[in-house]
Amino acid sequence: MSTPVPEGRPVVEMSGISIEFPGVKALDGVDLTLRPGEIHALMGENGAGKSTMIKALTGVYSIDSGTIVVDGSPHTFSGPGAAQQAGVSTVYQEVNLCENLSVAENIMLGHEPRRGGAINWRATRRRAGEMLARLNLDIDPASSLASHSLAIQQLVAICRALVIDCKVLILDEPTSSLDADEVAQLFEVMRRLKDDGVAILFVSHFLEQVYAISDRMTVLRNGRLVGEYRTDELPRLELVSKMIGASLDELSELEQTTERIAHDRSGEEPFIQAVGLGRKGSIQPFDLDIYPGEVVGLAGLLGSGRTEMARLLAGADRADSGQTTVSGRLARLRTPRAAMQRNIAFSSEHRKAEGVVGDLTIRENIVLGLQADRGWARRMPRRQVDEIVEKYMTALSIRPNNPDALLRNLSGGNQQKVLLARWLATAPELLILDEPTRGIDVGAKAEIQKLVAQLASQGMSVLFISAELDEVLRLSHRIAVMRDRVKVAEITNSDDVTVENVVELIASGGTDS
Amino acid sequence: MSTAAPATPTWQRVTQHRLFWPVVALVALFVANTIANPGFLSLRLQDGHLFGALINLLRGGSPLLLIALGMTLVIATRGIDLSVGAVVAISGAVALSFIASSSDPSSVTTVLVAIGIALALSLVLGVWNGFLVSVVGIQPIIATLVLMTAGRGVAMLITGGQITTVNSAPFKTLGSGFWLGLPVAVFVAGGVFALVAFLTRRTALGMLIESVGINPEASRLAGVKSRSIIWTVYAVCGLFAGLGGLIISSNVMAADANNAGLFIELDAILAVVIGGTSLSGGKFSLAGTLVGVLIIQTLTVTVTMLGISPSVTPLFKAIVVIAVCLAQSPKIRDAVAARRRRAARTSQAAEVAA
Repeated sequence: MSTPVPEGRPVVEMSGISIEFPGVKALDGVDLTLRPGEIHALMGENGAGKSTMIKALTGVYSIDSGTIVVDGSPHTFSGPGAAQQAGVSTVYQEVNLCENLSVAENIMLGHEPRRGGAINWRATRRRAGEMLARLNLDIDPASSLASHSLAIQQLVAICRALVIDCKVLILDEPTSSLDADEVAQLFEVMRRLKDDGVAILFVSHFLEQVYAISDRMTVLRNGRLVGEYRTDELPRLELVSKMIGASLDELSELEQTTERIAHDRSGEEPFIQAVGLGRKGSIQPFDLDIYPGEVVGLAGLLGSGRTEMARLLAGADRADSGQTTVSGRLARLRTPRAAMQRNIAFSSEHRKAEGVVGDLTIRENIVLGLQADRGWARRMPRRQVDEIVEKYMTALSIRPNNPDALLRNLSGGNQQKVLLARWLATAPELLILDEPTRGIDVGAKAEIQKLVAQLASQGMSVLFISAELDEVLRLSHRIAVMRDRVKVAEITNSDDVTVENVVELIASGGTDS
Repeated sequence: MSTAAPATPTWQRVTQHRLFWPVVALVALFVANTIANPGFLSLRLQDGHLFGALINLLRGGSPLLLIALGMTLVIATRGIDLSVGAVVAISGAVALSFIASSSDPSSVTTVLVAIGIALALSLVLGVWNGFLVSVVGIQPIIATLVLMTAGRGVAMLITGGQITTVNSAPFKTLGSGFWLGLPVAVFVAGGVFALVAFLTRRTALGMLIESVGINPEASRLAGVKSRSIIWTVYAVCGLFAGLGGLIISSNVMAADANNAGLFIELDAILAVVIGGTSLSGGKFSLAGTLVGVLIIQTLTVTVTMLGISPSVTPLFKAIVVIAVCLAQSPKIRDAVAARRRRAARTSQAAEVAA
């Protein structure tokens, strides 16, 4: 750390916070202290109570016991509005903005400058422009929010949080959908705010980022406080073991379980073979083979066409050129259902919008794919459903261990596991995983990676997409590199291939290899 | 601190049931009616038929139940069907015009053919709505508004601008006939209710409809045939509205293109909402819809019975609907639950201190 760790009078002091939901003790006597001008990381696995803690501070949940002192005076916020008034602003993991409004309207919503009772639109746009300039964002405030990428939307959400004169800024997983440049941009903004004396509470699953930016961290586990530490005094491995509350054997074991022996495939028949497959405005025609038991990784920047390739292979979008062969037979994958009938399963990167059916139970979500495949008339017998659900809930250790829980009440990692269970239950031969580990904690991430390796060793083909290159490298037998919606290179993975090699390929586009 | 939740007392389970307040409202209405008219709940047997206010209630509510059932399914997919009133008018107009123009209006065959034609046309209209919504992608409220406004015109065309009346005993049976002591219309509505309940809860159809209503894109990617499910529910809704229209026109033996089923779409939507199915789609309750229909029908009867002028009926309905919706609203329930929890905690603390 180049800057000294800030000391001084805390701006927020939460002590002995407890919150209980029916049947669950979400927080149990947790303390958290934020000082002006510090970046404080809140660490813990999914379900450790990070989000609950944030919601307690911002008044979304009322606390059952404990005290919250903001700026020297005790507070109980009746809602997010009251918290904002006191200078506590939050940017949540899922972008909570109005896509059909303009960027300026989104930023200034509820704080529009007024003249004679009416909104002064010119001043609104100008102030929004100033806020954007503060974040070095060069976009037109009058443009519609929907026309921007998720990453830009995230930065707009931060802009919005800064509109009020905030003393405390809470960033809940702000980087989960940003690429490296955008993260750097965000960090720059965070440092500037820190120099202005803002206390920032930062939640992220990327340990790299936490170590790069934070001064202190508070670690939670199972709703209890593990401790508060200075970032420079807590080695990474120790942090991880504090978070998961177990030794690190399991994590190191993972490194060994993934065998990446890419054996000679000549003479074998690929499970799926795409030739000149493409879609105008989405992805340039590409060729790709995936063999049984093989993990093919897709590497590339955000927006490079990784997801678009996956969607064509999964039938989520229709290809307008090229053809696909599945198990040696020509297959027209025009709908997700058609792909499913060829034993292709696709788990989308947009968990909330395209994956979970929030108001249905875990049980219903798991069997949804199977049931859809059988058709409505042939309902799966209850006993069979229970067997499948039981099997996958145990295998993937889905929490809570109650198949009747509504999916929307689960943490992100557990929702992801339920989606995996939905697809595994259909016994696919090709599993397409688009960012399956985004925004979930170390433990769940390791479990999912281990599962992928295990499935491949049992003969399943996997197309694995992740923004984290080390993850792609660790799991894949082969890696296809994408850039600007073109497949630019394909390499066979080995111990000699490093993240740097792949980054180089992404940058150079494989023109000289 | 034990983790096991204490067993909820039965009364609490009952009061927390989604249908508790609607049922309370229904019972309250019955009580009010019995006070105003002590003979309200009495039934008498005459010529082997049951008579009484309750029987009239059930018979009068049959068409609304049919329409509300279709509406429940449509609303569960995040849609709405405003055209059911117009379909009611068209269906009645077609059936009666056919019977009136036939050589033998009293023949059973004529009546069956008339019913067949009316139902087929209603189905076609439902299919049209479903096409606009699921294939063309028009917002449901707009797509069905088309037929809502145009439909009455179509009915006028069919009846030639007249109120068509006929004399046909077999057709009259549908609306006013009795079988095993109960009105035929009640059997029709009850049969359809049972059929829908069977199809949605004994097969996987109900879950798939809910899944499409909650998250259409996730359902599509999970392999659910979202389009055909949405298309089907609109078709079914049209068919049920047509059946309702036949009962309504058989009741009065006349087809009035302007007034048959006027505003029945709003009553049906109200019944669905009172029954606890959210207008934002997803989870639906057929039993809830049944209770909602009974409440609305009882309200209509109550107004007449209490001698209130029919012109203020809408106000009366609005008051009951608001009361039921407030009692069901999650916010108000949470507030009450939180208060109760706090009270429980204070009394616990008092016990510990004592």
